[in-house]
Amino acid sequence: MRLKRKDLLGIEELEKSEIEQLLSTAESFKEVSAREIKKVPTLRGKTVINLFYEPSTRTRTSFEIAAKRMSADAVNISVSTSSVSKGETLKDTAKNLEAMRPDCIVVRHSSSGTPQMLSKYVSCSVVNAGDGAHEHPSQALLDMLTVKEKKGRIDGLKLSIIGDITHSRVARSNIYGFTKLGAEVTVCGPPTMIPPGMERLGCRVTTDMNEALRGADVIMMLRIQMERQKESLFPSVREYSRLYGLDDAKLKGAKDDVIILHPGPINRGVEISSEVADGPYSLILDQVTNGVAVRMAIFYMLLGGTREEAQLK
Amino acid sequence: MPWRDLVKTRAAMDGMAIERAIARIAHEILERNKGTDKLVLLGIPTRGYHLALRLQKKIEEIEKVTVPSGAVDATLYRDDLGIKKTQPSLKKMDIPISIDGKVIVMVDDVLYTGRTIRAAMNALMDFGRPLAIKLAVLVDRGHRELPIKADYIGKNIPTSAREGVKLHLEEVDGVNEVVVTEED
Repeated sequence: MRLKRKDLLGIEELEKSEIEQLLSTAESFKEVSAREIKKVPTLRGKTVINLFYEPSTRTRTSFEIAAKRMSADAVNISVSTSSVSKGETLKDTAKNLEAMRPDCIVVRHSSSGTPQMLSKYVSCSVVNAGDGAHEHPSQALLDMLTVKEKKGRIDGLKLSIIGDITHSRVARSNIYGFTKLGAEVTVCGPPTMIPPGMERLGCRVTTDMNEALRGADVIMMLRIQMERQKESLFPSVREYSRLYGLDDAKLKGAKDDVIILHPGPINRGVEISSEVADGPYSLILDQVTNGVAVRMAIFYMLLGGTREEAQLK
Repeated sequence: MPWRDLVKTRAAMDGMAIERAIARIAHEILERNKGTDKLVLLGIPTRGYHLALRLQKKIEEIEKVTVPSGAVDATLYRDDLGIKKTQPSLKKMDIPISIDGKVIVMVDDVLYTGRTIRAAMNALMDFGRPLAIKLAVLVDRGHRELPIKADYIGKNIPTSAREGVKLHLEEVDGVNEVVVTEED
C-alpha cells in the first residue's frame, strides 16, 4: 500500500484508490488519538517542517499534533518571525530548509501553485496545507472522512457547497474529492462569487440557496473570507447573511438527516447562525477531530518507505 | 484457489487438526492460569484475531465464562517501516478493557522471526502494565531472529526459510487449513 507520489499537492491528481486508502488509514489512526498515551513510534526520527505564510490555528496545530502523535519532530515556521520578513525569496527559504534534511515540508501560501513550485526545489515530501484559491487537500480528506463516518458511504450522496466558491480552495478540493468518490456536488452562492466554467469540474451550479438545500445529504458552508474581499462582491454582510447564511428557518427546507460541515473558522451570524453551528446537525467539531487522523494518515503514507523509492516518484 | 496452481503446496493441518489444537490450547491456558481469572485474549489481526475469538468460544464451552477478547495491531510498531518499499495497511486495534494487572494471552497464527510479537508487545505496553504477557500460536515454524518463544503451540512445523506457511480460516478465507508453500 502506498501513494503513487512523494508529495500531496492536491486532490485533483489523486486517483480514487489513493483517496480511499488515505481515508481507511485515517479511520485506523482515530484510535491512537483516543488512547491515554496518544503516541505511536511509527515516524521516529522523521522531521516535519510547517511553513505557514498565512495565519492558521486549526490546520497548523492539526499538522503539528499529527506529526507528534506519530513521534516525528515538528518544527513550526510562521512568516512574521522568519527571514521571509527580511526579504528572503521562497526558493531560498526552501533551499535552506532542505539543507537541514527534513522529511516533509507542510506549506500554506496565499499564492496558488506555491507547493507545486516548492516540490521542484526540494527532495523531501511537500504537503499542501492550502495554496491561494487552488486546493486544500487535507481539508477535503477530513471532510470526506467525516461524511463517510456519519453516512456510511459517499457514493450517491448529494453535497451542496454554499458560499464564496471563487476564493475557496476548500470548495475546489472537495469538488474533486467528492465527485471522484461518486457524490453529486452542487455549488451555490451569489453570481459574483461563482467563477464561470464550474460545470466543467463536474458539479451543478445554482444561485438559489433553497434549491441547494433541497434534497442535500450534506451541506458544506464556506467562510466569507473578509481578508480576500478586496473588491466588494456583495452589497453588505447583512444582505449576504439574509440570502446565503444558514439559519434554522432555511434549514427547514433540508432533509431530516442532513449533516452540516464548515471548514472553520466560522463567522457566527454571517454564513452560519449560532443555533445551526452548535445544533444537532452540525459536525464542525467532528471535522476538527478527524483532521488530526487524516493528517496522520498523510504522513504515514508519504513518509514511510525508503527515501530513494520515494524520490523515484 | 488459483494460486495453488502456481506454487507447490503441502497440507500441514486440516480443519479438524486446527480445532483440536485450539481445544488443547484452551485447556492448557485454563490449567496454567488456574481458571479465567484476569485473563484477556488479544489476537494479532487478521487471522490471529479470529483464532482469539475461537479460543474465547472454546474457553466459554469449558468454563462457562466469556473471557474479554480483542485485537492488537502491531503495524505502527514494526521495525521495518522505513526499510520496506511500501507501507503496510493498518489493521484493527481493539483493546476492550484496561490491561493493567491482567494476564494477556496474545494469539497469532504463525510464529516465525518473532518480530511481529516484539512489535505487538511494544504496542501493548502503550496501553498499560499487564501482570504478564503470554503467547499462543497455532504454528511455530522456527527461524527466530529475536529471543521470543511461545507459551502455547498448536503444532511445530519445521520449515526451510524458502518455504512459506499459511493459515487459512473459514472466517477469512472460506476454508480451515494450514499449508506449507514452496517459494523460490
